[in-house]
Amino acid sequence: MKTKTLAALLCSAVAVPLAANAVDLEVTHWWTSGGEAAAVAELAKAFDASGDHWVDGAIAGSGGTARPIMISRITGGDPMGATQFNHGQQAMELVEAGLMLDITDVAEANNWKSIVNPPSLLDACTIDGKIYCAPVNIHSPEWLWISNKVYEDLGIPVPQNWNEFVASAPQVEAAGKIPLALGGQPWQSNLAFGAISVAVAGLDVWKKVNVDKDMDVAAGPEYAAVFKAAADARKLAAKSNVQDWNQATNLVITDQAAAQIMGDWAQGEFAVAGEVAGKDYTCLPGLGLNAYLSTGGDAFYFPKLDDPEKEAAQKRLAALLVAPETQVAFNLKKGSLPIRGDVDLATANDCMKKGLEILASGNIVPSGDMVWSADVQKQIEDLMVEFWSSDMPAEDAQAKWVEILKSGL
Amino acid sequence: MLYGTLFIVCIYYILPLWVMVMTSLKGMPEIRVGNIFAPPVEITFEPWVKAWSEACTGLNCDGLSRGFWNSVRILVPSVILSIAVASVNGYALVNWRFKGADVFFTILIFGSFIPYQVMLYPIVILLREMGIYGTLSGLVLVHTIFGMPILTLLFRNYFSSLPEELFKAARVDGAGFWAIYFRIMLPMSMPIFVVAVILQVTGIWNDFLFGVVFTKPDIYPMTVQLNNIVNSVQGVKEYNVNMAATLLTGLVPLTIYFISGKLFVRGIAAGAVKG
Amino acid sequence: MADGARRNPLFRNLTAKLAAVPMVLTALVVFAGGTVWTVVYSFTSSKLLPKLKWVGLDQYERLWGASRWLVAIENLLIYGVLSLVLTISIGFMLAVLLDQKIRFEDTFRTIMLYPFALSFIVTGLVWQWLLNPEFGVPSVIKAMGWESFELDLLHDPKIVLYGLLVAGLWQGTGFVMCIMLAGLRGIDEDIWKACRVDGIPRWKTYLFVIVPMMRPVFITTLVIVASGIVKLYDLVVAQTSGGPGNASQVPAMYVYDYMFQAQNLGQGFAASSMMLVSVLIVLIPWAYLEFGGRKRG
Repeated sequence: MKTKTLAALLCSAVAVPLAANAVDLEVTHWWTSGGEAAAVAELAKAFDASGDHWVDGAIAGSGGTARPIMISRITGGDPMGATQFNHGQQAMELVEAGLMLDITDVAEANNWKSIVNPPSLLDACTIDGKIYCAPVNIHSPEWLWISNKVYEDLGIPVPQNWNEFVASAPQVEAAGKIPLALGGQPWQSNLAFGAISVAVAGLDVWKKVNVDKDMDVAAGPEYAAVFKAAADARKLAAKSNVQDWNQATNLVITDQAAAQIMGDWAQGEFAVAGEVAGKDYTCLPGLGLNAYLSTGGDAFYFPKLDDPEKEAAQKRLAALLVAPETQVAFNLKKGSLPIRGDVDLATANDCMKKGLEILASGNIVPSGDMVWSADVQKQIEDLMVEFWSSDMPAEDAQAKWVEILKSGL
Repeated sequence: MLYGTLFIVCIYYILPLWVMVMTSLKGMPEIRVGNIFAPPVEITFEPWVKAWSEACTGLNCDGLSRGFWNSVRILVPSVILSIAVASVNGYALVNWRFKGADVFFTILIFGSFIPYQVMLYPIVILLREMGIYGTLSGLVLVHTIFGMPILTLLFRNYFSSLPEELFKAARVDGAGFWAIYFRIMLPMSMPIFVVAVILQVTGIWNDFLFGVVFTKPDIYPMTVQLNNIVNSVQGVKEYNVNMAATLLTGLVPLTIYFISGKLFVRGIAAGAVKG
Repeated sequence: MADGARRNPLFRNLTAKLAAVPMVLTALVVFAGGTVWTVVYSFTSSKLLPKLKWVGLDQYERLWGASRWLVAIENLLIYGVLSLVLTISIGFMLAVLLDQKIRFEDTFRTIMLYPFALSFIVTGLVWQWLLNPEFGVPSVIKAMGWESFELDLLHDPKIVLYGLLVAGLWQGTGFVMCIMLAGLRGIDEDIWKACRVDGIPRWKTYLFVIVPMMRPVFITTLVIVASGIVKLYDLVVAQTSGGPGNASQVPAMYVYDYMFQAQNLGQGFAASSMMLVSVLIVLIPWAYLEFGGRKRG
């Protein structure tokens, strides 16, 4: 062991002055769609330009397919150089088991503490005061996307918030359109519920339940209102029978549905279809009620490799991911927000700008990934799937929901 | 009547293949407006070219071609090893019955019911302890293990249908375990070997889970690329490319079926099913 | 040499025993060992990584309180019984049809068998397409003039299981047909002659004479088909992802989701232990019949 550390020291001492040691680093992620792949290409380009080599290990099919593979490889003793995770509690145990590389020195050298905004992103990477991941982007799920054309045809103004939208729904339905488009995959029901709860309950109540974990509030009247709103939304989405989220977005784009609750990544779909924000569609962050966004996102973790050269390369990659140029190039392609407030996204579109404003004003809440364990979230997801696809009364759903939250305390 | 029934049944079997082939030969505009059963108005091989050599997996835009040889590299040793082991198992179970053989065999059959996902963790730990995690040999071993139950069952049934006198005569002549296996059993069991090869080629070629969990990107099989092409949900789904990719991936087992369908039935008929 | 063997039975047929080592190791270490390992860890609170922190039967209590798990079990029972009965009976009937000395037998057989060469993922995707109410088979039937035709085997929670069944049968019946056909070919011509002489109708001969004679064939088929049903996963994921809602959930999906998405290994292991136990309940009588019967005979 001692000789190994000594060797590591010697090697890194040699490696730093040379610095030209090109190292192959395998990076696994689940960004395989058009826009995502283009964004990853920016990261790879930057890494290759710095003299190392990015070996791409993309696995499609979202985190559900990719994560078991990543975890197996890390626990199997054959880890990759870096891997994507949603930051928060997902990778915590791997860190606790000592399988992940501590990159606190990189964070300190590059002053991440003061540049990463919101700071909660960095907190999510921090375990026992040490930093284990490099955040790369921010995604917020609490958006309502509305087709302007549907409302023009009806001759009524485009709703400016969730309540107006619900009020307009009977007219939309009378015109033979689906008021709310919702894909059938489990995470989408969950996302819709999450968005509705932040918007309807408001920040204080939300925080009491999800951050302070006050179960009395969770069982109380504020959240009863949330479940009531969700039950309303359920009726509006009854006729929507698509699976993928982008098929649901497509219903809004083609004006077959009036609106969809979906994350900020939906604007990529509108952009591809040639629609213009404000003219063809309207985006309402926080469903237009409470302009709060939860800020989840993606981060890269670096499994421990017994190879000082690779470790140096991992740290170079970590620094690079947060660097301003990489942040701009990556996030413009990805359609997400950068994790630092000091970069200029001049080319951002209307919706993205709205998001940036909210971010700058600090109206943000931590994402579910950060406050609840994956287990609790999965159970909530199962509950939501059942709730949205059946006629379970709102009160029952609330009671079950509180039970699940309690199991995660 | 007989042919009428068969004809209708065949429509059920043919329809999906028909739709796949037709769709893979259409352009996207035609797919959007047209009937999925109609033959293409304008035949295009673009989707096939794209699926084979252009479709992107993350940063690598070389389609399925990247995984093809990897799949072959995985397939050949896995098929050979798994069949060799299973045939020896069957032979030992039938002709050299030892104490507890039935117990082990029962456990094997039980093993065939275990969902693969459940075994991921134990296998990861096992391969890690053996030091072959992430290598080709590790994956070959996994395929051998999971192919063993059904193959052993087939070989056992086959060998038990061979006349026992042959074996006894060889024993009297002083032939040992391997001598009897190679000189008498092997030459007589070509039909069942054909069946085993077909089953294993299909299973291993179509495997995604093991291929992706137990190897590294540079030896990922073709199915990983297929998954990446088919499962990327963002943007417009290119159904024609998906179908072409699906057909291309299925080509190897399909060819084997079309060529050796006759041998397959003959192999099973030759005794694989006589208990 | 014979003396030596008698003195120590352990070394009798040493080569044969050595040759069986891979099988014994696989059976003991992988299948039995893996199962025991799974069951042991199902009594722990393991999250992302397996850890021996005992929680007794907590995971099982939670499992049997989870409505998703109950739905999954119910679905597997319905699908399993239907699939088992239909696969075997359709497979047998097709084999009988092909056994009537028809022309183009090879062609027919190849057509029925080829789906077996495709993976479940592909099967699920293709049928997802074919069953789509907007552009699949239902829309074609509508276009042919049957305006009121409504059959949504993908999105109607009441019948979505039958959509899976249609796809599952498409993939699996051909293989069963081949096994059955092979079995039929193995029946001695004399038996047919004898039945004809006795004036027994053909269908009765099949049902009461041939089927009992093919018992081993049916058992082999049963093992192969049943093991596929218990493991049912890929097809569901590709065709319906368990939806709409939880309507087409199956146990293997629950196991996988809780092991890896929820990162609650203990819960996933508890679910898989339940699956393995139910397999054992079916398998032990089988092993008893198979081996117990033979020894006596």
